[in-house]
Amino acid sequence: MTAQTGTTPVLADLAVGDVIGTRTIELDRSRLVRYAGASGDFNPIHWNDAYAGSVGLPGVIAHGMLTMGSVIGLVEDWAGDPGAVVDYQARFTRPVPVPNPGTAAVEVTGTIAAIDAEAGTARVDLAVTFDGQKVLGKVQALVRLA
Amino acid sequence: MANPTFAGREYPADSPYSVGREKIREFASAVGAAHPAHHDLVAARGLGYPDLVAPATFAVVVAQRAEAQYIQDPEAAVDFSRVVHAEERFTHHRPIVAGDELVTVLHVDSVTSRGSLSMVTTRCEIFAQGENGGREPVSTVVSTLAIRGEDS
Repeated sequence: MTAQTGTTPVLADLAVGDVIGTRTIELDRSRLVRYAGASGDFNPIHWNDAYAGSVGLPGVIAHGMLTMGSVIGLVEDWAGDPGAVVDYQARFTRPVPVPNPGTAAVEVTGTIAAIDAEAGTARVDLAVTFDGQKVLGKVQALVRLA
Repeated sequence: MANPTFAGREYPADSPYSVGREKIREFASAVGAAHPAHHDLVAARGLGYPDLVAPATFAVVVAQRAEAQYIQDPEAAVDFSRVVHAEERFTHHRPIVAGDELVTVLHVDSVTSRGSLSMVTTRCEIFAQGENGGREPVSTVVSTLAIRGEDS
């Protein structure tokens, strides 16, 4: 089930294992440059192929924080309130190479992993893959719901 | 190898970071955060917030600025060209909103090395400064970096 705009999930209606939605995030070089500017992370591995190669990378890779920051939109939109995400963590397990020209398509699926009725929170775990392989690990968002 | 004597170090609050509306919009657009509460004041206020709400990972902008005090210290021996971001965690005590004046206290929680690989974990405690000088806890950002040695 995927929440529609205007509907807000209610804790009592959720069950562990419910899928909150899936999304594809297309990353291209302009997205990386834009994130570099917005975040202040100007590490050249995210925009300079020659530099990325010199430190042993196959080429320019996406900021781990761009991937982490992009996939949480699925949870924010589902919750209907971005401020409902009270805790969010991820491990950066594999880089996402971003070709030039072209795009890297990152797939994300969110699943209810735990419900704490007393605390009024649901934990949403995100499976984040590129090219069929996990690129983030232990991606967990704790969401406060009514 | 990262200097182990930095473990346990605490850096005093840095100069305030003023959270601006356009910065929230810019960051939200960069991560594709389309929820109206990031962009539209009426929508944000409709959800009960005083101003535009920052996306869940926006605090990284504030945290990075504080972490630079440690990472850019040559004595810390954190070679940025060999750094790989390993883990990040945000705990929000309340959402960051436009208009916040944020100060950050940086803690170096651990510095460990195994072989030529070093791991450092920093923790940023981010507070909103009130007009009366009081501080309200806003976010805790824990960041773990891996630093590859010269021979790996």
